[in-house]
Amino acid sequence: MGYVKKNRDFHQARWDEPFIMEMGNPGERGVLIPGASDEVKKVSGEVSELIPAGLKRKKAPKLPELSQMQVLRHYMRLSQETIGTDINIDIGLGTCTMKYSPKIHEQFVRAEKFQELHPYQDESTVQGILEIMYKDEQYLKAISGMDKVSLQPSGGSQAIFANVQTIRAYFEERGEAEKRDEIITTILSHPANPGTAATLGYKVITLYPDENGLPDIEALKAAVSERTAALMITNPEDTGIYNDRIRQFVDIVHEAGGLCVYDQANLNGVFGLTRAKDAGFDMCHYNLHKSFSSPHGCQGPGAGAQCVSEKLAKYVAAPTVEYDGEKYYLDGDRPKSIGKLRMFYGVPSVLIRAYAYIRTLGADGMKQIAELSILNNNYLIKKLLEIKGLSMPFAKGRFRMEQARLSWQELTEETGVTTDDICRRIVDYGFQDYFTSHHPRVLPEPFTPEPVETYSKDDMDEYAAAFAAIAKEAYTEPELVKGAPYKAALGARIEEECLTEWGKFATTWRAYKKL
Amino acid sequence: MEKSFVHPYMPNSVPEIRRQLLDELGVEDVKEIYGSIIPDELLFKERLNLPEPIRSEYELKKHVTGILNKNVSTEEYASFLGAGCYKHQVPAVCDEINTRGEFLTAYCGDTYSDHGKMQAIFEYTSMMGELLDADVVSYTTYDAGQSVCSAFRMAVRIQSSSEESSVENGDADKEQDKGRTVILVPDTMNPEIYSQAVSYCRNVSEIIKVGHDERGLMALEELEERLKEGNAAAVFYENPSYLGFFETQAEKIAELAHQYGAVCIAQPQVSALGIMESPMNLGADIVCGDIQPLGMHMQYGGGQAGFIASHQKLEYMEQFPTYMYGIAKTDKADTYGWGRAMNYRCSHGSREKANEYFGTETGLWGITAGVYLASMGPQGMYELGETIIQNLKYLTVRLNGIEGVRANPLGGSNFQEVLVDFSATGKSVTEINKALLECRIFGGKDVSGEFPWLGQCALYCVSELTTQDEMDALADALRRIVTEERDVDLQAGKRDAADSEPQAAKEV
Repeated sequence: MGYVKKNRDFHQARWDEPFIMEMGNPGERGVLIPGASDEVKKVSGEVSELIPAGLKRKKAPKLPELSQMQVLRHYMRLSQETIGTDINIDIGLGTCTMKYSPKIHEQFVRAEKFQELHPYQDESTVQGILEIMYKDEQYLKAISGMDKVSLQPSGGSQAIFANVQTIRAYFEERGEAEKRDEIITTILSHPANPGTAATLGYKVITLYPDENGLPDIEALKAAVSERTAALMITNPEDTGIYNDRIRQFVDIVHEAGGLCVYDQANLNGVFGLTRAKDAGFDMCHYNLHKSFSSPHGCQGPGAGAQCVSEKLAKYVAAPTVEYDGEKYYLDGDRPKSIGKLRMFYGVPSVLIRAYAYIRTLGADGMKQIAELSILNNNYLIKKLLEIKGLSMPFAKGRFRMEQARLSWQELTEETGVTTDDICRRIVDYGFQDYFTSHHPRVLPEPFTPEPVETYSKDDMDEYAAAFAAIAKEAYTEPELVKGAPYKAALGARIEEECLTEWGKFATTWRAYKKL
Repeated sequence: MEKSFVHPYMPNSVPEIRRQLLDELGVEDVKEIYGSIIPDELLFKERLNLPEPIRSEYELKKHVTGILNKNVSTEEYASFLGAGCYKHQVPAVCDEINTRGEFLTAYCGDTYSDHGKMQAIFEYTSMMGELLDADVVSYTTYDAGQSVCSAFRMAVRIQSSSEESSVENGDADKEQDKGRTVILVPDTMNPEIYSQAVSYCRNVSEIIKVGHDERGLMALEELEERLKEGNAAAVFYENPSYLGFFETQAEKIAELAHQYGAVCIAQPQVSALGIMESPMNLGADIVCGDIQPLGMHMQYGGGQAGFIASHQKLEYMEQFPTYMYGIAKTDKADTYGWGRAMNYRCSHGSREKANEYFGTETGLWGITAGVYLASMGPQGMYELGETIIQNLKYLTVRLNGIEGVRANPLGGSNFQEVLVDFSATGKSVTEINKALLECRIFGGKDVSGEFPWLGQCALYCVSELTTQDEMDALADALRRIVTEERDVDLQAGKRDAADSEPQAAKEV
């Protein structure tokens, strides 16, 4: 039996670090750069002669002037005031799949043979990275059951965007683009689904959950028509409830002539158990930084994969990576393609990590990820639901997939302590704050944990124990929870109106000083 | 056959622990769980068609390194490639900080759990604000392409909301402003970003190219004619341009845009800003671009990250589509906190009602650029610009000393990149680059397909890392490639020597 430290006496580093713009002294510098050689200078002449008069910078930028050690120390301190997955039990950021990112992968992405590659190098000199990208595409075909993959998207949302562009291209070629101007999604699907659809001008129809917490199938039937371009849906949604009628959803939309797009940000719970193809979807996407283990990097860079069926293969984002039996090459000559999504070719560091991850685990390992994610989740739910004031709305007694949407509603009603209070208080226990819900909050006082396969039973027990302790505090000493945090890096509460009133809002230090 | 094995990344793969979890749930096997919720016809009964696992770290390292070793990096060959992705010095401190596990593996934690991350990102935007002389700087976007795309759509929204308010106010003079949806761009603009923007903006905006004069600069008369049509939301320019030349008419372009009611959007090269005036001080309203040069390795194009900046004007700030980090006072004197603010602008905050979609972008590169700017300071940024522009001038002079090769055919002042015209050599850029590769040199990007009017031109790039030796080696190699070929031709009697006499491209 592992040792579970309950309610550890945690205190986050609190350096009270000054703002960098106020540090240092004139003349200090953190780095020297190679200058031009004397002969180069002789030939080139004075800089002032090389810049057109009207474009010369008049005042030097007011950047800080600091020596190297002082720069390093400042940022080391800020890093200590940040709770990454490497140092905490990061179960709270549900839907984000905060799994362990293997350290060996970091050695690969820091190799000179990768870091110092320019995207316009001759293809003969980048066969290694192209091979990795090509093989990733093949593996993702196997995992999704789809027929063509593009690794161009810069992240999950951009992959969803690529799928909407594909919808548009498909109906344009069929001459139906003007007529089919509606996209159906669900309120518990990720906001990037309605966001991307609206960005491309589609009218968005949103389905709400029925009494079982699943998207209302009657509402779907009422929504589809000859104007339906597509259904964009995730399964399971943030609730973790698997939509067992998903095939019917797909069939209803197909019968109306629309396409079906599966948002698979939640892949972690379905690896090898069920595939987009099996439910009849025309397209899906993966967030490679999530399910395939790239560190999330303070919100990126991530990477996305666009996966489509044969009839949509010609539309995927260009270029794709192909292999002619001898060499790997970029295929940008795809006349029906939706074209370029980003500069160059996707985010290769994430693609290398995904490759290494798939090669480490193989088919059985992939399936084990899903099985353990599901097992962990249901175990954690059981532990958490022993806590007074916490409940799991919808589909009582039914197992969840890899995550769950819980609610502190009862606790809030009884104590006045809200999910936002608990979200701050949990930091005092040494955990990252947790994901409540996307907006709007369909369920009151939400909390969405996702204990992926890399967390141990002991981790989950410690995590649940912390919430049990906070709930107890809420019932006995609610002000304690409401006043939290106390042991976080920031030892004070912010004035919220600075972030909600335009007149008090500043995104830079210089703007703040002018307020 | 399926195998269950204990994996270092999965603590509960230990059979005894797995058993404990199952017992707690009262089930025999995990299949009972998902079998009870996923319909049988949707269950995938086969085994995924993936290669067998490589079990140990050592074996994995041998395998992956073996593949990566098939690459040839710019540390091995001299590189003159740029065109949006640049090889600069990456201070060791940048790598040290962005590999810190706390930053590397954090995600979307907020004010109280990730105080340090929030401060680091706000410091990044603050230092970018100084570099750009801009009061508002957004959280990083995917890349310059995304920044340009969003800046274009911001301009269209700014125009349409000002139309709404002028209609509300019964402002009849603004009537001609109705339907300002056109974005005017230089026809020398980065073709990749142009194609991205056309696709991204298609349903809200038409992007129209404005021609250039003999120096490549934006043709101002044509611009004014276009602006007179009264439907332009914005005018966009790059400085320096994709083709390397300074757009010397920056101030005039902004003036014209404003005169006709359009927004001025500019994309500066950040590595120039130590010596080059920020477009914000030359009349631009929105400035956007890429921070890859500020501390990011090229990573085969994966080091890109975009920025969007503007003045502190509400009508602009409301139209940013991505996160903005705001500073907040606290109940303690001289202590600040930070938060992502006004999220109703973003799809995370208001779904289809948002300005545009957005997602997980490039936070780690923002923090890294902050470390870079703090390390470089004003002096470092000045010297960076100085060295680049000096190296480029030297390269231009050296290449122009080669018969048949004409560097800087447009004749203006350049930064970091310069066109090199090989038309008079009788060889294509493709052939020349192939020959250079044999000399362990990556020649400049072939732009003959993108800009046929330039002939057989390549875009050559230098940085502060480009050495005189590399530039000399390039010049020697090019001279040899061009001459050898001609000698061969002459011997074979295939070409009249008089015809092949190249125009000696003199100093520009």
